Order: sequence, then C-alpha cells, then structure tokens
Amino acid sequence: MIQTRGLACRYPQGATLSFPDVDVPQGGMLLLQGRSGAGKSTWLALVAGLLTPSSGQLRVAGQDVAQLRGGARDRWRGRTIGFLPQQLHLSDALSVERNLALAFFAAGLAEDPARIRAVLDALGVAGLAHRLPGRLSGGQAQRVALARAILLQPRVLLADEPTASLDDEAAAAALALLREAAARCGATLVVATHDARVRDALRGAQVLPLAPQEAPA
Amino acid sequence: MKLLALAFRYLWARPLATVLNLVLLTLGLASITFVVLVTGQLDRSFQRDLAGIDLVVGAKGSPMQLILAGVFHIDVPPGNIKLADVQALARHPQVAQVIPLSLGDSFGGFRIVGTTPAYLAHYQLQLRQGRAWSRPMETVLGAQAAQAAGLKPGDSFIGGHGLGAGGRSHGDAPYQVTGVLAPCGCVVDRLILTSTESVWHVHEAHPAGGKEEDHADTDADREVTMALVRYRTPLAAAGFPRYVNSQTPMQAAAPAIEVTRLLRMLGVGSEVLQGVGAVLLLTAALSVFIALWSAVRERRADLAMLRMLGASPAKVSALLLAEGLWLAVLASVLGLALGHGLAALVGAILQAQQSLPVSGAVWMPAEAWVPAVAVLTAGAAALIPAISAYRVDVAQLLQRG
Repeated sequence: MIQTRGLACRYPQGATLSFPDVDVPQGGMLLLQGRSGAGKSTWLALVAGLLTPSSGQLRVAGQDVAQLRGGARDRWRGRTIGFLPQQLHLSDALSVERNLALAFFAAGLAEDPARIRAVLDALGVAGLAHRLPGRLSGGQAQRVALARAILLQPRVLLADEPTASLDDEAAAAALALLREAAARCGATLVVATHDARVRDALRGAQVLPLAPQEAPA
Repeated sequence: MKLLALAFRYLWARPLATVLNLVLLTLGLASITFVVLVTGQLDRSFQRDLAGIDLVVGAKGSPMQLILAGVFHIDVPPGNIKLADVQALARHPQVAQVIPLSLGDSFGGFRIVGTTPAYLAHYQLQLRQGRAWSRPMETVLGAQAAQAAGLKPGDSFIGGHGLGAGGRSHGDAPYQVTGVLAPCGCVVDRLILTSTESVWHVHEAHPAGGKEEDHADTDADREVTMALVRYRTPLAAAGFPRYVNSQTPMQAAAPAIEVTRLLRMLGVGSEVLQGVGAVLLLTAALSVFIALWSAVRERRADLAMLRMLGASPAKVSALLLAEGLWLAVLASVLGLALGHGLAALVGAILQAQQSLPVSGAVWMPAEAWVPAVAVLTAGAAALIPAISAYRVDVAQLLQRG
C-alpha cells in the first residue's frame, strides 16, 4: 500500500512541490497524470526513497520511508520497489540474464538463477537470456526491463511513462503486460504518464492528477 | 553476481580502452621490475665477488679496469706486474694476505686463472666433483664453465692464448681437469682455476709465439697479472693504496671506491629506465582516469539504475574502484612476468658473453612494491571517477526520463 498525507518536497534551489493525499491498497493501481514539470518523477522518487519529503507523511508497504536512512533505505528500496524506467537502462555490457542478476547484486541478495529463468520464462523472453540488450527489439527490451523490475517480487511496481513512443497496439500490449506482472507478484502498480491512452487501459486505477506548480518568489 | 565479477564484465565491455590501459600499466611496471631485478642482482653479485677484498694491485692504468678484470673478470687487465713486487707486498706489515692472479688464456670463452689455493679458500668454494689441483697443468672448473664446456674430472683440454675466443692454441700443453666446483653464485662459476705455475709453464713452453716478457727463468723475472690484497687492519685503507701507487711500480685500486663509481655510472642508466617507467605509469594513470571517467559518464544511467535497484552509493563507487583494481592486478602479473622475461633475455645475452650473472628466475624483495605501485596508480586514477559514481543523482535521472 501507499499512503501520503500533506506530502511536499523542497528542492535545493528553493522550489517546493506539494502533492494531494492518496491511499492505494496493496495490489491496487495508481495513475499519476500530469504534464512535464508537474512532479510525477519527484513523486516517484519520494515513494522509492530517493528523495526525502520536506514535510508530510509517506508510508509505503507499511514503512514510513522518511524514517529510513542511508544503507537501510537502499536495502529497503531494492527489496520493496520495482521500477520500470522510461529509458529502460539495460546495461549493454551484460547479457539479459546478467542484467537481471544485477537486481540481486544491488539488493545484496544471493543470486537465484532459477528465479531469473522463471521470470524470463513468464514474460516470454527466456530464449533471450544470453543475448546482449543492444540486440533486442524495443518490445523485447521492455519485457526484459519488466522482468528485472519484478524479479525480487516487489511490493510496489513503479513505471515511468511506459508507453512513451509506442504505437497504440504496442502501448496496449505493454500496459497489459505491466498489469499482469504487478498482479503476478501482488504489487501495487503506479504508472506515471501524460499519455491519455493509459487511463483507458488501466480501468479501475486511482488517478492522481498533478498540475505544474509555481515556484515561490 | 559478485562485485569483482561485475567489475570485470564492465571492464571487458570496453576491450580497446582496457587493453590500452593494461599495456601502458604493464610496460611501466615491467620497466620498474626489470630495473629492480638487474640492479639488485648486480649489486648482490658485486658484494659477493668483492667480499673480503680490500685492494687490487696490478699494472698502472685504469683502476676501474683493474677491478673489472681482476675481480669480476669482464675486462682485460692493463698489463703484468713482477712477482717479486707482489711478494714484497705480502711481507708488508699492514697486509694479511695476498692472492696472485695470472690471466692471459681461456677455453671456450671461459678465463683460465692461475692462482693459489688461497683463492679457493677466500670464496669458500666447495668441490662438487674430484679434487683441487696439486701440480701444474691441473685445473678445477667453475660450475658454469664445466657445464658449458662439458668437462669432468679426468678430461683434458687445450687452452687458447687471449681472453676471448680465437686465440692461438697452446697445443702441446694440455690441462687436466681434476675437479669441478659446486655453484657459488659468484664470479668463480665461470672461471677455470689452476696454479700460477701452470700459466708460467704454458707460456714458457711456447717462446716462439709468446711475448718476450712471457719468458722467465727465475722467480725474480716472473710475472703475475694482479694480486688481491686483504689488510691486516682497516686502518691500512688510509695509507696503503697511496704507498703502492707512489712507492712501487704498481697501481692500487680500492674495490669499494671503484664499484661505487661503477654503480653510479650504471645508476644513471637505471635511473633513466626507472624514469621511463614512471612516465609510463603516469601516462597509464591518466589513461585509466580518462577511461573510468568516460565510463562513469557513459554509464551514468546504468549506475543510477543500480542505485534504483537498491545499491548504496558506496557499492556503486566500489564498482569503479574494483575496475581499477582489476587493471592493477592484471598489470602487476603481466608487468612482473614481462620484467622477469626481459631480465632472463638480458641474462642469456650476458651469459653467452660470460659476463655479469643476471637471471630472470630470481625474486627480489623490492619487487613486492610493484603490485603496491600498480594498486596505488590505478586506485588514484579511479578515485575521482569513483567519487563521481558515488554522487550519481538517481532522482535527477528520473526527471530526465
């Protein structure tokens, strides 16, 4: 679950972004909608524990994120948050299988090759395990990135603009896959997007509309 | 996946840069290894060969030549001196021992040295086979000379005039091998020892081709090439060389002074080589820095993703340091191997010339610094990229999309 109350984030430059309160149950879906600069990425970063709220409360999967510090917050993020970035950020130096193994390495967990194979298999890309990301199609790469995101069975799955630059058919397929993947591990799904097509595809999701905010004088 | 394994994979994802950095680091470390190996061995060799010799006395000329010819046997002697003069020196109250040396002949490139059993005792030489000489024309071979010449006790050989190959053969005066010495790691390994009388005998037996001064009928007229002198008291060093130089027709050369001069001359060469090694290491450090700095910039998104996946900033920066560490470890192994290989090559060339003993198969304690230098160089080069990796801003990366 994700629960926020009076959540705000102040940037070092002085600007403060305030966010509406939200309650998303475990296994639920949340759609963050807004134009560029509305604070979607900041909200995602707060939920992932990459930024610390300047005020308000934020509980993610039962944890008050602001209470976590340093390495404890990093470990918590690695084991609680799955993340599908807009640019997929698969390492070209590593095979698909090794890219997934990075999740174990980063989270400080023992590698589980059987789990890697199972997740790749579930997403239909098991045959690409030894291929380098540079030799994957866009759809294949997105499946691999999603496999990495759900590998450790996160409680929350964050997706940042997952349909950007996809045509309608590919966007629908990507969202279906995302929804299925989140359901598979019982994760709360959060999708940040300015793409109107996502709202139609994720029917039943809560919507958190974000609007650009004026920086204080 | 472990940190080192991941660092290795990242490293070899950029093979060109990695190989270039490895080559530069390896060459720098190999230069330093080579200098450490060669200077260390020469220094040991000089110390071993000079042990207990306070003064070398010979014909007037270059004192350095006297030391190189009489102690290290890598140069020709400046001439001969009267046996009577040497015997007079032996009676001097400040002299404890005089060991005469007579040079002039060789066999298979190995020098035949006429001397007394005191020479064997001076270097504490042990016989591996046979016995020492007991009469003229009997010889004892150094280990290297025996092995190269394929001689053993009971064999005989004919020496040739001169200290190099191709000299006139003393065909009617064969030497008998009575013993082979155990390896001593000193100059004697590559010498053929015999009595002083043998040298006189060989040259007196061939008046037709020999020089006039080779012919001697009495001890008073006989000559030796030089003499190794041991003082009765260290105080003799203050005045005895001056006495020899001014009061006798001979010249005195103090090994300590001449070897210091020699090492200073060799030191210039080794300093140049060390300087080249240092420049190569500096170049390598810059190259490693540029490669890792570029890697951080290129992989900023990968590193941010690692942070997103739960890696701490320290873990991400450790990844960069581990890449530097890999380069250091690989370059240390390659640099040490190359340095030893070069030393072995130089040693083989010197051995073919029966010159100074240098080997690639020895380990100098100072070589332990080579991996340390490598780690320091690569570590220093990786430090700023590692700090940059530590500071990767994941939130900012999200906002860039």
